[in-house]
Amino acid sequence: MALGTLIVFAVLGLVVAGSAIGMLVSRNAIYAALFLVLNFITVGVLYLILGAPFISFAQVAIYAGSIMVLFVFVIMLLGAEQLPVQEPLRGQRWIGLLAGVLFLLEAGAFFYLRTSAPRWAAEIGFGFESPVVVGRMLIEKYLLPFEITGFLLLIAVVGAIFLARLDTPVKGTGLGRHAQIGERKE
Amino acid sequence: MDAGLFWEWVIKSLIIVLMLTAGFAYATLYERRVIARIQVRIGPNRAGPFGLLQPVADGIKLIFKEELTPAGADKVLFFLAPIITVLPSLVITAVVPWGDTVVIGGRVIRLYLTDINVGILYILAVASISVYGIVLAGWASNNKYALLGGLRSTAQMISYELALGLSFVGPILLAGSLSLMDIINAQKHLWFVVLQPAAFLLYFLASLAEVNRAPFDMPEAEQELTAGYHAEYSGMKFALFFMAEYIKMIAVAMIGASLFLGGFMGPFVDRFPWLGPVYLFLKVAVWLFVMIWLRATLPRIRYDRLMQLGWKVMFPLGLLNAVVTAFVVVLVGG
Repeated sequence: MALGTLIVFAVLGLVVAGSAIGMLVSRNAIYAALFLVLNFITVGVLYLILGAPFISFAQVAIYAGSIMVLFVFVIMLLGAEQLPVQEPLRGQRWIGLLAGVLFLLEAGAFFYLRTSAPRWAAEIGFGFESPVVVGRMLIEKYLLPFEITGFLLLIAVVGAIFLARLDTPVKGTGLGRHAQIGERKE
Repeated sequence: MDAGLFWEWVIKSLIIVLMLTAGFAYATLYERRVIARIQVRIGPNRAGPFGLLQPVADGIKLIFKEELTPAGADKVLFFLAPIITVLPSLVITAVVPWGDTVVIGGRVIRLYLTDINVGILYILAVASISVYGIVLAGWASNNKYALLGGLRSTAQMISYELALGLSFVGPILLAGSLSLMDIINAQKHLWFVVLQPAAFLLYFLASLAEVNRAPFDMPEAEQELTAGYHAEYSGMKFALFFMAEYIKMIAVAMIGASLFLGGFMGPFVDRFPWLGPVYLFLKVAVWLFVMIWLRATLPRIRYDRLMQLGWKVMFPLGLLNAVVTAFVVVLVGG
């Protein structure tokens, strides 16, 4: 690998790892969410460098631009910026640390005790990243998983609407039963 | 990659940023003069000939203003929010071409920074990032009105992003490509506004809401929210929000002109490629005029009506338009 490439990857990798750690340790939910946004965008840049612009911009538009905006929105709406000092699940920090160390040990063991030499992944042909090819793959080769994913998302939307829906509309107010009960209490 | 190519990119990027910044300065003057004419006033005409130095005077005034940071504000985010708002608006037009190729000193120069095959997706990604600056400004100010303004504008921008994305589908299907250059080349003979009137209308309305312009300038409702998310900002920090708003206006006009009005295409552009940027400039000027005209004419729409329009009218219309266009393209064999 050329020195320039190495430097670029090192800087990006440091930002990715640093923002992930920042998200874990920050005690303010807004900062945690923003660290996650930075993480998503940097991972998107990594995809871009690897020659996959479609995945890269989809990652930025969907994860950083839509999902995390809703996260930030809900955190601000609920006023839940300050995370509790006392953790609801006691001892999870130590278990998490233990799991992390175990994972690192496992990865190290796998690397040093391997029996065959490490190989590069097979290079994918030029033009694979173009939206036309990606679209054809989705519609022709992976049609069933694609349709099932779409159906799952549709079920999630219907479920969300069902949960948020007010039970029976009250005449003339445009409000449901919950609002009526609230009025009676007053 | 040779050194010449590198410098070409640097110079083109500089030109884009400088043109957008100058465009911002003169868009404010343009707006004030046009609104003044519509309201039977004269408008700023004292600084320089025809008031042409007015933006300079405004800039100097804003630089010398005192910068206040509220005591209870989140200092880091209060400082970062204007920057996060301006950056996406400066980079979003990187994929919009202003012309074909020209020859300068024996070197063929393409009149666009880059023509990636997912240009539209890039625009959507950058547009979706631009919400953060506004919502963070509202939150970091530690002011109820600013927070409400920020939340309102976030809800509005998220809602209209859907209609905006769906309005892109029409031109994409007709051109069969996500690259803006291909979309413009497909409009050589007929502009897509003729073939896609519904998508054009959707794009126009959604882009107005996306850049918080009248009649959808809810985030800046002075009467209810004392100006909204930027209530606590002053001096150059305020100027950055102002700048982002006007640069976004220019950007949506450029993108809209490329998607629906043929971009840099026009008569004789094949023979004289330098006419390309001129045509694009004229189209953007007309688009901006319509936006200013709307601001001078229409009252602000109520917030619940705005949400209703976005979710119950524009979103289904966008879906319908996408389905119908796809059917027609398949039947005609595009």
